[in-house]
Amino acid sequence: MTKTLALLNDKRVRDVAYQVAVVVGLVGLTVFFVRNASENMVKAGIASGFDFLWRNSGIDVPFVLTDYTRADTILGLFWAGVANTMLVTVVAMVLATALGFLVGIARLSSHWLLSTLAGAYIEFVRNIPLLFFVLFWYFGVIAALPAPRDSVSVFGVAFLNNRGLTIPLPDAPANFRWALAAILLSWLAQWLVSLWARRRKDRTGQDAPMLTIGLVLIVLVPVLAVTWASLATRWDIPILRGFNYRGGFVVIPEFVALLAALVTYTAGFIAEIVRGGIQAVPHGQVEAASALGLRPGRTLRLVTIPQAMRVMIPPLTNQYLNVLKNSSFGAAIAYPDVVSLFMGSALNNTGQAIEIIAMTLAVYLVIGLAVSAFMNWYNARIALVTR
Amino acid sequence: MGIAGLSLWRRRLFGTPATGVVTILIGLALVWLAVPMVRWALVNATWSGTTRADCAPGGACWVFVKARFGQFMYGFYPPDQRWRADLAGLLFVFGAAATVFAPPRLRLKIGIAALVILPPLGIWLLAGGFGLRPIETREWGGLMLTLFISVYASLIAIPLGILFALGRQSELRVIRLISVLFIEFWRGVPIIAVIFLASLLLPLILPGGIGIDRLARAVIGLGLVIAAYMAEAVRGGLQALPPGQREAATALGLTYWKATGLIILPQALRISLPAMTNEFIALVKNTTLVLVVSILDLLGIAQASLADPAWVGMNMEAYVFSGSIYWLICFALSRWSRHLEMMGRRQHR
Repeated sequence: MTKTLALLNDKRVRDVAYQVAVVVGLVGLTVFFVRNASENMVKAGIASGFDFLWRNSGIDVPFVLTDYTRADTILGLFWAGVANTMLVTVVAMVLATALGFLVGIARLSSHWLLSTLAGAYIEFVRNIPLLFFVLFWYFGVIAALPAPRDSVSVFGVAFLNNRGLTIPLPDAPANFRWALAAILLSWLAQWLVSLWARRRKDRTGQDAPMLTIGLVLIVLVPVLAVTWASLATRWDIPILRGFNYRGGFVVIPEFVALLAALVTYTAGFIAEIVRGGIQAVPHGQVEAASALGLRPGRTLRLVTIPQAMRVMIPPLTNQYLNVLKNSSFGAAIAYPDVVSLFMGSALNNTGQAIEIIAMTLAVYLVIGLAVSAFMNWYNARIALVTR
Repeated sequence: MGIAGLSLWRRRLFGTPATGVVTILIGLALVWLAVPMVRWALVNATWSGTTRADCAPGGACWVFVKARFGQFMYGFYPPDQRWRADLAGLLFVFGAAATVFAPPRLRLKIGIAALVILPPLGIWLLAGGFGLRPIETREWGGLMLTLFISVYASLIAIPLGILFALGRQSELRVIRLISVLFIEFWRGVPIIAVIFLASLLLPLILPGGIGIDRLARAVIGLGLVIAAYMAEAVRGGLQALPPGQREAATALGLTYWKATGLIILPQALRISLPAMTNEFIALVKNTTLVLVVSILDLLGIAQASLADPAWVGMNMEAYVFSGSIYWLICFALSRWSRHLEMMGRRQHR
């Protein structure tokens, strides 16, 4: 009896007992749920397993990047949805970062009107639901655009109307592949040259003309490559025929609305991160840099931005992951992303809720883990080295 | 405004030539944007009348909002029963105020009493039964539903979030693993997918024959996700506490739960309160997602009202009105959270 009491009072024994109890409880709950689910599914005549993925989908998708057609399998539908999710996520991330940096820097401007306006913008978008912006852009703005006949013309080559944005399409995409290869090569060269320059500076203390080299390799080569590719091809420019445009490529209104909502909303959050990051750099750093004789441009590039980035990276990662997750808001206006195509249409057709939900959630978890792994790597690379 | 004020403004706006140019450019853009907006919303707007025909073209038709006001607030809740929603709201405000303004000695008791009594009371008032006319959740809607979902989802999320935050800090490895998995899973998936998931899977995994209300499904789904975010907010507070606090409590002979309840949580939650308020703001904004399972909260009602043939073309009016309400709620809450943060910082000094 005293022995059992002693055992009960032993912290290690009790710790193990608690954990075993929690695990048994969780396993029990899971078994209970799974048994109910299988019973309910048998009763409702729902199949299980992943065989449905190879069945014919028969679902039309208005906006595809893959070569999916309605004769394809449901697995093809899944990938078409994933591609659309990725497209809107990546474009929104880039544009939101650009707009967010602009607004964040404007917020810090010494110009009173500019910084007040930026502050008003931030307070406005951060306190309104994203779904509101999605619906507003879709039903309020895009739907109110003129019909194709009276489109808003962008330099006579792209046309914005209530059926979306019609943009020209190149006839010879091969040129663009060459241009892309040239751009990637020159970026690789830039990376190698900067490695060499840093090593030479460590050895000899001499500066290489990195600004000029960088301008040529990062800016000039890509611009030339894209210009060449677009001049060498014939463009299929959309032309008004009857009630709608023929030719070109139609960016559906759902994409335009979702993108506009994601960008304007996320930019408000990124602007606050940028402001916080720059303000986190102590002013003494800038003063010390100028005391050492660094010019303002170099101070910004070598002192302020590297330290601000260190503060900004973790919250920026969160925002990028939010953009990925928030791209699912497109389901509310039937933008064909993975949630609305797979969790919506495919689930309606097959009824296999568990498999479909698991696959959809896996998409977000896998991409999310990949993005945070990359950001952690980058964060570790630029982290402060303490000696 | 005296001479000094005037010259301050002149320096602010036209201090240097560059400043002046920027001021003029922004001013022109503002005039170009704001003048049509003000003319639409105020100058050319129609405020009185009963039908669409009363509205002047070219301006906002606020008559529409007036005619639909009841629906925006209560959805399709029967008008003669709306006092029940008002009463439930008042009771919650009263309970919160009583807890906040009670003398410190009684605060905990009053708070716990409010938490035990109010939630079931609120559901009874809204849903009816036991002497009140039953009203199905299908008829609930509007701002009332937005607030209902926010409050009840956080009633699930806050206790669960605190538990998982403690679990994440626990010495017990299995508990820590389970907590990390729970938190990272729910934080990694989109909320819209969780609402679908809850509405499809909850009826599937419960024993056959137990029907679960579709509003309850949405609230449970939201509650689970927000619990994961709340857990991270609470973790911030837990990590900010010096480890000596728990060590001292243990040295005094307090058990884990006594030390947690009496020493750790009171301090940690005070630090986490601003972060938790921010998560609550996110929750209020995310309640709009119940639209995808056809539950009509404030935004949903505004969206649904666009389909009314008697009021064609009221998109802007509906959006401006519902958007302003969301903005007012979230802005007030975010100001409050910032105020709490400032107060906390002052106390630490």
